[in-house]
Amino acid sequence: MIDMKRRTFLKGSVAAGAVGAAVSAGLLTPRMVLAAWPTAAFEAKTVDSALDALMGSHTLEGSDKISIRAPDIAENGAVVPVSVTTTIPGVESISIIAEKNAAPLTASFVLGAGAEGFVSTRIKMGKTSSVIAVVKAGGKMYSTGKEVKVTIGGCGG
Amino acid sequence: MATIKVRAKLDGDVTTVKALIQHPMETGQVKDKKTGKLIPAHFIQEVKCEHNGTSVMTALWGPAVSKNPYLSFKFKGAKSGDTLKLSWVDNKGGSDTVETQVS
Repeated sequence: MIDMKRRTFLKGSVAAGAVGAAVSAGLLTPRMVLAAWPTAAFEAKTVDSALDALMGSHTLEGSDKISIRAPDIAENGAVVPVSVTTTIPGVESISIIAEKNAAPLTASFVLGAGAEGFVSTRIKMGKTSSVIAVVKAGGKMYSTGKEVKVTIGGCGG
Repeated sequence: MATIKVRAKLDGDVTTVKALIQHPMETGQVKDKKTGKLIPAHFIQEVKCEHNGTSVMTALWGPAVSKNPYLSFKFKGAKSGDTLKLSWVDNKGGSDTVETQVS
């Protein structure tokens, strides 16, 4: 079994199952394997560098066609509900950024052809900051932000 | 493993998917109170939803997504009774998949 996994890795197979098995066998770090996961973007320490790594640019156009639903005051920074809705046509992705988190990019939702401009999730926020929603549509990036006050930081430590 | 609870509801021509996934989503920044050592990062990196074999949504997550993550999104083109497949992969190679019917 272990040899199969090693060979699969060496052949460069991208099958999620084989890759997953190899990773869990401790032979690989996910960094090497999940080429699809944008490590640099998720580890970037600034909003601009995160966007550069994720999208190749950090040029944003403000848009009133994006709305963010998030609490004005989040009592528990570990669980901040954030919903982003956009009426911009041809949405390719919606990304959620917590500006003052150590690593601002929290999540990016790549939307298929039939998907609507809506995503909802819950994120951790280390401190009061702006939550920025970046919508990629028609090759351009649009954004809007909403300030969320955090009383107890949610990143631990 | 059964870590995913998902519901897909059709209203007109829009299906709303709501999912709750059981996962620690450890950031790697928190110390274990007993040992004083950092709890290693353990978080879902990718969540995929497929409808009729086509990817409807792929979510790329970092450790800042909350523990036991909630996820919701909407899409058009499904009919009642269609099968949706939702799966996740984490940074340690863990994964889970579930199928549900659009109702």
